[in-house]
Amino acid sequence: MSFLKKSPWLLHYNASSCNGCDFELFAALMPRYDPERFGVINTGNPKHADILLITGSMNVRNVEVVRNLYNQMPSPKVVVAVGICATSGCVFADAYNVLGGVDKVLPVDVYVLGCAVRPEAILDGILKAAQVLEEKYRAFQAGKTDKTEVPA
Amino acid sequence: MNPYDESVAGIVLRVIAYVVLAPLAGGLLAGLDRKVSAWMQGRVGPPVVQPFYDVAKLLSKEKIAVNRYQNFFVFLFLLYMIFTGSLFFAGASILIVVFVLVLASLFFVLAGFSVNSPYSHLGAERELIQVLAYDPVIIILAIGFYVVTGTFNVGSIYQASREGFLVLHLPGIFAAYLYVLTIKFRKSPFDLSMSHHAHQEIVRGLTTEFSGPHLALIEIAHWYENILLLALIYLFFAFSPVIGVAVALIAYFAEVFVDNAFARVKWQVMLASTWVFTITAGVSNLIILHYLLRR
Amino acid sequence: MQPLHIIVFLILFPLLLAVASLAVRSLSVGRIAATPANALIAAGSILLLFLTGSEPIYFTVESSLLEHFILAAEIGMGLLVTYLGLNSKRYFIVFLGAVMTAMTAVFEIICPPAADAVHHLFIDRLSVIMALLIGILGTLIINYAIGYMEEYHEHHKEVKDRRRFFGFLMYLFLSSMFGLVFSNSLKWMLFFWEITTLCSFFLIGYRNDRESQDSAFRALWMNVLGGIAFSAGVAYLSLGTGIVDLDQMIKAGPAVAMLPAVLLAFAGLVKSAQMPFSTWLTGAMVAPTPVSALLHSSTMVKAGVYLLLKVSPILSGSPAGLCITSIGAITFLFASFIAVSQSDSKRVLAYSTISTLALIVMCAGVGTANAAWSALLLIIFHAVAKSLLFLCVGVIDYKLHSRDIEDMDFLIEKMPKVAAMMNIGIAGMFLAPFGMVISKAVTLKALVDIHPLLGVALAFGGGATTFFYAKWMGKTLMVTPRAENKEGAISSWEWVTLAGLSFLTIAVCLSFPLISSGLVDPYIALVYGASPTLEKSTLILIVVTMTSLLVIFPIGVIYNARHRDYRLVGPYLSGVNIDETSFAGAMGSKLYPDTRNYYLARWFGEPILLQGGLLCAGFFIIIMMGVVLL
Repeated sequence: MSFLKKSPWLLHYNASSCNGCDFELFAALMPRYDPERFGVINTGNPKHADILLITGSMNVRNVEVVRNLYNQMPSPKVVVAVGICATSGCVFADAYNVLGGVDKVLPVDVYVLGCAVRPEAILDGILKAAQVLEEKYRAFQAGKTDKTEVPA
Repeated sequence: MNPYDESVAGIVLRVIAYVVLAPLAGGLLAGLDRKVSAWMQGRVGPPVVQPFYDVAKLLSKEKIAVNRYQNFFVFLFLLYMIFTGSLFFAGASILIVVFVLVLASLFFVLAGFSVNSPYSHLGAERELIQVLAYDPVIIILAIGFYVVTGTFNVGSIYQASREGFLVLHLPGIFAAYLYVLTIKFRKSPFDLSMSHHAHQEIVRGLTTEFSGPHLALIEIAHWYENILLLALIYLFFAFSPVIGVAVALIAYFAEVFVDNAFARVKWQVMLASTWVFTITAGVSNLIILHYLLRR
Repeated sequence: MQPLHIIVFLILFPLLLAVASLAVRSLSVGRIAATPANALIAAGSILLLFLTGSEPIYFTVESSLLEHFILAAEIGMGLLVTYLGLNSKRYFIVFLGAVMTAMTAVFEIICPPAADAVHHLFIDRLSVIMALLIGILGTLIINYAIGYMEEYHEHHKEVKDRRRFFGFLMYLFLSSMFGLVFSNSLKWMLFFWEITTLCSFFLIGYRNDRESQDSAFRALWMNVLGGIAFSAGVAYLSLGTGIVDLDQMIKAGPAVAMLPAVLLAFAGLVKSAQMPFSTWLTGAMVAPTPVSALLHSSTMVKAGVYLLLKVSPILSGSPAGLCITSIGAITFLFASFIAVSQSDSKRVLAYSTISTLALIVMCAGVGTANAAWSALLLIIFHAVAKSLLFLCVGVIDYKLHSRDIEDMDFLIEKMPKVAAMMNIGIAGMFLAPFGMVISKAVTLKALVDIHPLLGVALAFGGGATTFFYAKWMGKTLMVTPRAENKEGAISSWEWVTLAGLSFLTIAVCLSFPLISSGLVDPYIALVYGASPTLEKSTLILIVVTMTSLLVIFPIGVIYNARHRDYRLVGPYLSGVNIDETSFAGAMGSKLYPDTRNYYLARWFGEPILLQGGLLCAGFFIIIMMGVVLL
């Protein structure tokens, strides 16, 4: 029995978002929606976090940062792409600097769609990510970890 | 009935009780802290046993580190925190308890310094300023106990406290101690070096570079420390166990209230206000005691 | 082998070495001969430990030739001081030198006292403790100096190579320190006292530049002022009562010897750099490091507190004693606070020395058995740890080309062994359960028994001490894979001394129950009648904690050095890490994180606090003098 499901800690990173999804994400973390009743804490530190929430699309600059953050997280860890930009790049996908969604760089486990994503959906995504964490934990225990680090 | 047993069996029993029960009690108190904060903020909050889930989760994470020795310092921090708490409950000299407490805190600070990270260093520097702020108070606490009871020995102080009203002799020192409890419990407005809440301008401060099992150890060490600090409150009120425990709990939840009510202050405000309060309340208490007791 | 033979050997043999140091042309011969010679001196002090018991032994040395020689030398020293003042156009020193010479002349030649000293030399447990410190620490430091001064002259090509004179001064100093602690005749003690003042002057001024000369002359006038007070006290005592013996003076008690005791205490306060006379010690840090280690932390300044401890039974409980305790309390507080804002490591060590000496002065002023007990422990622990720290700083200064604490980042990587030893020294200075903390615990009890405000001073000063040492320690323990090892070029002289002192620091802490029962308790029992000790349980606790730390720490370090079961990642730098040590800055630049310590200069800045300290302490000096003179 792992406790990862009971205590999912977050790290939020704004890749190149217009801040719409970020507003909604912070709203989702406020007392009105009270994610702490699920044990969710927003840590600002990859070393403390289990779930990496990324808003906005990947571009040439933030690829490195996202990789860095992901590598500094201890396993088992889960990546959640919040918003349609993080999923595929949406309307910005053809821009000269945009690489696409988060899955161009990291292994994404949960996609939360919307523009901007609704807080309820974000919470749902976080809880789903907690479930995925459980499964990953079992793999981690068995010694079959998936990518702990994403090479440069 | 005298629950204080001077024999070796009594000491061993109390130490084992502390080592085994303190993390449980500390974790529960941490959970109650979060529940009460949630209630104050108009929300439901996590289950009361959430800190145990957190620690269990942390223990099951992958081990990562920035350098070879940071985790050793954390281990020493936990070890000597348990040691000093055990010393207190065994009834040893309160001066030694205070000094080993500072030693344990120092290991935590050194852990923060050993990593080459600006957030960690800032957290360590701020933690040292916190030590500068509260260290005089805990020594004055020991001096106060000595002046009233004539001994530094916790066991004897406890006996004296059961028979006399220690808090009536040491109201100023008690007040000063409550003031620095805010620092020791790491509550706003004095949670400069690390914070359990999201509001931290230096990321996670001292604990930035610790993760997984070692972060869990830091958390457990803080639980041990909290129980020791609450036991010090109890020592003032040992004439009635019920009142003693009640005051300790009231003090704890008052800290939670203060935490929710105030924003963090700058270190200058923390240091200045602590020292001014210490001198006004604590030192004047000592001076008055000295002249009263001399007659 | 009689104790007297060893005492004479310890006084005369270093004197011989001093002269040899001047005479022998070749430096390498000197170096080869120095080590066995130093070993002999150290062996002599250790032998004294085993040859003597708790009872003090007194010796008479009847020699009018010796008396005349001492008189001539004293007048010669007075003239030398006057000459030095004239030469450098410092007229206050000319005045002081003239007063010094005149006093000696008047009181010795024109009005000779009725009696000479009954016993000129003596030995008791306190002298043995001091002799051990001088003999072991002194010889280790001179050994270190052999390697160090070589490098000193390579670094400072502009300084004239006067190493033979340096050697002469160091050995002369050792000889006079031995003389000081074994003297029972106050005249002899004064003589040796003045020699140490002059040695200190020449050693501080070794570099012969403007700054060194200013510091040297400041040390000179302050200590000569103290010496004048000393000789005034001796003259007053002998003219009034005919007593010239230290032991008789103490036996005579406050009724007879109060004023002389206060004058001697004044001399002791100046010598141990208490406020308002602390600036000579902080200024003396321009001297080469072995000088700072030997004179200005482990031995000469200890002579000041030694004298204070000796006269403390007379002052105990009196208003003058209270003044001395207050001076100590003020100095302790202010010196610890100022040290917080200093980043020059030698200055930090100087202020730390002043504050520890102030603790000892507080105990001497109190004069109870408990206080004296803790004072002796403080002397021992401080001397060992502080000399280690100074010598480490000296080595670091030359390898890293800076003695600023801010440049000691990653010291544990750049100079692992030296950093480890320095941290042993720092731990010995403020960390539980090592030496100083034991002493602090005992001192606290002794002081609070008199007045709780003294304990409060200890609490605040102790907090400041923890702060400045902890941030220094943290700075040196920063770990990074980037630093290169710069330890290679340290000479074996320096290694041997550093290793020896580190071992001593730990050994002295671990064997503290033995030191207490064997050396300190008998002396206290003799002088104060009672022999205080810590509660047995506390004692065992301290030793257990110490041993646990000393065992767990090395094992842990070695285990962690070899064993790696974790994934290595970089520090959190907002995700812009380039590799383990650098991060991406603006415009594609590569930056390294760099943090500085807090110095809290606006709160603990030297200018204001120093003035405050000098004023407050000066106030108490005036009161102390007034109380005894009126």
